[in-house]
Amino acid sequence: MSEMIVVQDHPLDNIIRKDRMPHIWCPGCGIGIVMRAYATAIQETGIPLDQHVVVSGIGCTGRVAGYMDIDSYHSTHGRALPFATGIKLGNPDLTVTVISGDGDLASIGGNHLIHAARRNIDLKVICVNNFNYGMTGGQVGPTTPTGAFGTTAPYGNPELPFNLPFLLAASGANYVSRWTTMHIREMKKEFLYTYSKPGFTFTEIISPCPIGFGKSNNIDTGLEEMELYRRRCELVRPGELPLDDLDINLIEDKPIYVGRFVDRDNPPFSPAKPKEEK
Amino acid sequence: MSNRRVLTGNHFMNGDIATAEGAMAARIGFFAGYPITPSTEVAERLARRMPEVGDTFIQMEDELASMAAIIGGSLAGKRSMTATSGPGISLMMENLGLAAMMEAPCVVVNIQRGGPSTGLPTLAGQSDIMQARWGSHGDYRIIAYSPWSPQEAFDLTVLSFNMADRYRVPTLLLADEVIGHMVERVVIPEESEIEHWERKKPTKPPNGRFKPFEALDDDLVPPIAHAGEGYKVHFTGLTHDERGYPDMTPDTHQKLVTRLVEKIRVNADDIIRTEDYQLDDAKIVLISFGCTARSARRAVRDAREQGIPVGLLRMISIWPFPKKIIKELASNADTFIVAEMNLGQMSREVERHVSQPVVGVNHAGGEMISPEKILKAIKEVAGDV
Ligand SMILES: Cc1ncc(C[n+]2csc(CCOP(=O)(O)OP(=O)(O)O)c2C)c(N)n1
Ligand code: SF4
Ligand SMILES: [Mg+2]
Repeated sequence: MSEMIVVQDHPLDNIIRKDRMPHIWCPGCGIGIVMRAYATAIQETGIPLDQHVVVSGIGCTGRVAGYMDIDSYHSTHGRALPFATGIKLGNPDLTVTVISGDGDLASIGGNHLIHAARRNIDLKVICVNNFNYGMTGGQVGPTTPTGAFGTTAPYGNPELPFNLPFLLAASGANYVSRWTTMHIREMKKEFLYTYSKPGFTFTEIISPCPIGFGKSNNIDTGLEEMELYRRRCELVRPGELPLDDLDINLIEDKPIYVGRFVDRDNPPFSPAKPKEEK
Repeated sequence: MSNRRVLTGNHFMNGDIATAEGAMAARIGFFAGYPITPSTEVAERLARRMPEVGDTFIQMEDELASMAAIIGGSLAGKRSMTATSGPGISLMMENLGLAAMMEAPCVVVNIQRGGPSTGLPTLAGQSDIMQARWGSHGDYRIIAYSPWSPQEAFDLTVLSFNMADRYRVPTLLLADEVIGHMVERVVIPEESEIEHWERKKPTKPPNGRFKPFEALDDDLVPPIAHAGEGYKVHFTGLTHDERGYPDMTPDTHQKLVTRLVEKIRVNADDIIRTEDYQLDDAKIVLISFGCTARSARRAVRDAREQGIPVGLLRMISIWPFPKKIIKELASNADTFIVAEMNLGQMSREVERHVSQPVVGVNHAGGEMISPEKILKAIKEVAGDV
């Protein structure tokens, strides 16, 4: 008879689908770091885990939903936000987080993104921005910095990227911040903070994708990519900089500004009710 | 208007309003939609009615979002619906496939107008028959009903919710502009008389791994657990195993997709609805549905007066196709005639199942096919011109 070897329990055992490991992410990928911060944060929210729901779109980041051992939904490309909107309105007691990629949320799902923010619906959005379409092999997308390379931009990206915090702030989100995967503590703290904040919250995490983005841009490893971003990071306080200065430009020696940019308390979306008759 | 959920009583209302009231009577909990003629009145009515009883109505940014949202609403446990027409139903096809794959019960109302593209925004069509069946990519099955009156729009909306829940499948109400905008008497029954079928739920409390895609019963329908019920479910549009976990292997795909298709096939007798008129001794079988069936019935009556042995099979359900019924009729019939407001979508389906000639009475859309035009075809077939 073979004996079972009991390895030490992992602190996230109760919240990750162990029966789905190993995950599909490449060595050096940043998505796992974000997922860990998310998983740690929701355990500290005080909200029972069975009231937490996670929704993803499609992409490498979209796979997060499949690894979280809570009610989890892996929707279609770009549609995580409307799908999550349905869950939230179907059962307003639930705490619904959307974790998806930059391409998913800002390109094919871009219309949903601005409208969900405009409604200020109570969804917690985590956008893993790796400057490219990782899943499909490193094409450029709506966040790829001008001049950066991708498999569909062999001569360099001729387009201007979205400045996501600016976009989300203008669209109406109650909370907008940006961090990198190096900001492990801040990330968790900020995720946790968003759960105490009614309305639409948007946290952008700049994340390494050595296989997609790195390969086309002469960055060899995930670590090197993280290091590259870390060197440029500058923390700003809310209101310290005009939001349109938050552009990311990797060609010129411009900082990547991180921090909490928007923190306001506009009323969140609540479904229409008939006026009381006098 | 009224804070009653069910407006029991006699009304004059159009098919769109009747559809909305059918949804109310069926205890819809969530509606998401985007305005489009000729379906807009469904949304407008529900925007007013749903909040009266504490239900949630939302106008989304487009039809991609509307369809995605009702899947979310459904998987959070609410009976969910959207309503649209031509250009909108094309956008919904993306997530209609997701609903089929996730086996998310929901009702999709298509008040058909003339297509393709923007086509005839204010005029009727019946040309989304094949799209309803095949519109999203991949193999799957849906259920579709087509009302021929505002009363039936009410009744079939209730039935669509029930079927969607019983079989965990998106169900289409495939009406047309004529029915949507036609005002007729609609009798809404007592609330207690409205059938309400529950979704099949897990029988055990949440411990261990519940399998939301494991079908143990003969009906091939797995039980469903909703968000927030503690079952830690996973739903994905990827090919998945019985736990709902992605498993992109040919075997799992074969098993899953076959079940999605078989689930509807083995339950077809329970799902299909047809109505016979003068079929007993019919040598000519006329088939029609929706608004065109109204003209067809008149044509049959007139033809019978002239001694022609013709009868009408009115298809109340469009999908699944009533294969068995058509085959039975074929044992006694010489000719089939299919009258429909498109260029031959249903006649093509009938042709697949019978060896007799199938004659089409068609119009591309925009105006009802008249009883005279159908009668003429019947007489031609009967050799009595
Ligand atoms: C409608 C549709 N178009 C295209 C695709 C192919 N596709 C899958 S993932 C993806 C891009 C994902 O990029 P992103 O959201 O940035 O996620 P990442 O993989 O970088 O985490 C694309 C284009 C798809 N699945 N569906
Ligand atoms: S392709 Fe990029 S984003 Fe996707 S898993 Fe690999 S490193 Fe991560
Ligand atoms: Mg990406």
